[in-house]
Parts: sequence; structure tokens; C-alpha cells
Amino acid sequence: MIILDKTTFEGEVLKGEGAILVDFFGNGCVPCEALMPQVEALAERYGDKIKFCKLNTTKARRVAIGQKVMGLPAIVMYKDGEKQEELIKEDATAQAIEEMIKIYI
Amino acid sequence: MSKIYDVVVIGAGPAGFSAGLYAGRAGMSALIIEKAKYGGQIVQTAEIENYPGSLEEESGPTLIDRMSSQVAKFGAEKELDTVEDVELNGDIKIIKCQKDTYRAKSVIIAAGARPVPVGCQGEREFVGKGVSYCATCDGAFFEDFEVFVVGGGDAAVEEAIYLTKFARKVTVIHRRDQLRAAKSIQEKAFANDRIEFMWDSVVKELKGDGLLESMVVENVKTKVQREIVADEEDGTFGVFVFIGLKPQSEVFCGKIEMENGYIKTDENMRTNVPGVFAAGDIRDKALRQVVTAVADGAIAAACADKYIEEQK
Repeated sequence: MIILDKTTFEGEVLKGEGAILVDFFGNGCVPCEALMPQVEALAERYGDKIKFCKLNTTKARRVAIGQKVMGLPAIVMYKDGEKQEELIKEDATAQAIEEMIKIYI
Repeated sequence: MSKIYDVVVIGAGPAGFSAGLYAGRAGMSALIIEKAKYGGQIVQTAEIENYPGSLEEESGPTLIDRMSSQVAKFGAEKELDTVEDVELNGDIKIIKCQKDTYRAKSVIIAAGARPVPVGCQGEREFVGKGVSYCATCDGAFFEDFEVFVVGGGDAAVEEAIYLTKFARKVTVIHRRDQLRAAKSIQEKAFANDRIEFMWDSVVKELKGDGLLESMVVENVKTKVQREIVADEEDGTFGVFVFIGLKPQSEVFCGKIEMENGYIKTDENMRTNVPGVFAAGDIRDKALRQVVTAVADGAIAAACADKYIEEQK
């Protein structure tokens, strides 16, 4: 998974092409930690069809807020730089994320 | 024929871990099934002061980390899966999950509880966009902003204190005119410069465009409503809800005796179904804390062991 930060987010995601999934997480967010390996597994599986990225929002708060992400974890699907769909908190299960991915392959 | 465990534990919070620990140590084949995150509710807590034996600066994650390693040492297995249906009658209990189906001679239900929402208009829309039930997850977003905490018990007041690490102002909105929280916690809150209190109030509506921007609160005594709008510079504020818990017992509805969704047991954690036990927050009980959850788990495992012996 591509590790984003506040300087690279725009270039990789907002100016990116095709389907891009971003895992927004943060320091001290245990549910985010729990979810991460599951997203990484999905990245292994679908990484050739969709670009997988992650952003530590603790160090990129304004970027997150700019994307209307103020709750973690948040898994957001972008297409050609535009936000398409997102799964937040309890809704962000491995199964739901995979189903979302399948729509954008 | 798939494996038949001596005991399947549903839920890997402190109750489930304790049950797995005691079952493993007793030589039982045990499987702990967890749908989301190992550790349950407590992993969202930044500070634990009142768990007997907890270390200085203990947090939910640090405590659970140690419990988890301890459980692994004694052989209980763990599996991430979500229970969809259960067959609890009969000698072999069947637990149907999303990924697989598990069979066991006994079951310990330790599925815990989840936060109760305020239930007002707009709440669902702004979860993760201003509304949160997890201060450790989302507090950082509100650094230097203003936040509101809904609730008046221990959790609400403790999380309000935690949030003062980030927010410039924390206002506790409580439906009564005094807090339910433990005295020592109350005192800490009253002494904190950044915390204010809005008494006799409830949140009626949450509004905004994309992010939370305003809310309507009502005074329960006078019925007067007023709108609170985000500071112009901030553009948004946080609303953290800690008003209570509801038991995660939906899947057991109609299969086991409950009261208000909480599973009824005797002192030995036995439910009305032979071979089925309950432990932790999901039980009908007076005090829901880590310390009572782990006690329940241990008792349930010991009783499950005895039950299996008696079946032979």
C-alpha cells in the first residue's frame, strides 16, 4: 500500500487516475489498527486493479478534514480524483470493503 | 467432520479472553470468535485507573495486549468471524458465522455491548463527520476546536477530561442537573478549566453540509430550544456520545432468556439453555466493568468444564 502524507495526498489521490482506495487511520485508533491487516490483505488481492493507499491522519489532519473525514477508521474510494463512496467506522468491515472494491474493478 | 470444540466463546473482550484463558488452562479445546477487534469496548479507553492491579498509565490497549498474550499461552484459539445464527439446543451447539460454521459442546456468550446513540435527527448522517462514540479514535481531529460530550456517567466525564487534551473547550451536555459519574471523576472534571456544563439538556438535531455545523439542544425542564452553531473560523465541532450501552444480543433473540436484551444467568453464568453460558456486559447484571467481565469469563469457563464432564 502506498503510504501518503499531507504533501503527497493531492498528487497521488486527487490528481490520480482510475480507482484509488484510501485507508484513513490515526495514532491511538485501535479499530484502525485492527482493520489495517485486513485492508493490506485486500491490497494484495486487488492491488493490480486498484491503487491502495493509506494516510495517517494524526499527521495530516487538515487533509482529512478537507476530505470530510473526521472519524476513524474511514475507507474511501476515489475515481479520477473524485470521492465516490466511503465506509466509516462500524461499516468498514473487510467484507463491505471488498464488496465496494468489486464495484470499481 | 469439522472439529468439535469443548467450548466456543463468542466475543473477544475481557470476558471472552478470561473465559478462553481459564478454558485453555483447564485443558479444554477452546475457540474465541470475534467479529471486529480483539479487546472489545475497552480498547477505546485511553486510561484505566480502577482495574485492580492495573499499571501506571494503563490504557485499554495495554491491558488487552497482556491479556491476549496470556490467553495465547494456554492454547485457546482465536478467529475473526461474525456470528450470523446459532443452534444452542442439543449436545452439540452450532455457531454459524460468515466465514465458517463452528461446533462445540458448550458455548460462552461474551458478545458485549455497543454504544447507544442519541437517536436524534441527523446523527447517523454525521457519524465520522463530527459525531463520534470513540474519543481516542477521533479526539485528535478536534485539536483547538470545540467539542460537546453527551452524557453524565463515568464514561462521558472521563472522555470529556480526555478530550481536553485536544479541544480548546469541552461542554458536557447532560439531561439532568447533576452527574452520575463517580465522585472522584466529577471533581477532576469540575477542576478542569476547559470543561463546561450544559445541564438539563438534550440534543434534538444535528445539522450541516458535509461536516457537522450546528445543532439544536433543548432544555428538558423549560422545553426551550436553542441552536448552537460552529465558530466561524472552525467551521465544525465535535459531538461525542457516551450515554450508555446496548447489549449485542440480537442474534440470540428467541433462543435464550433475556431481559431488555441482556442475557439472564444464575451466579454460575448458566443461562436457561444447558451448556450455554454468558459472561460480561451482555449479561443482566448490576456492574459492567472489566473486573466483573473477567470474573464472569472465569466462572463461565469453569462451569462449562464441569458441564462437559457431567455429560460424559
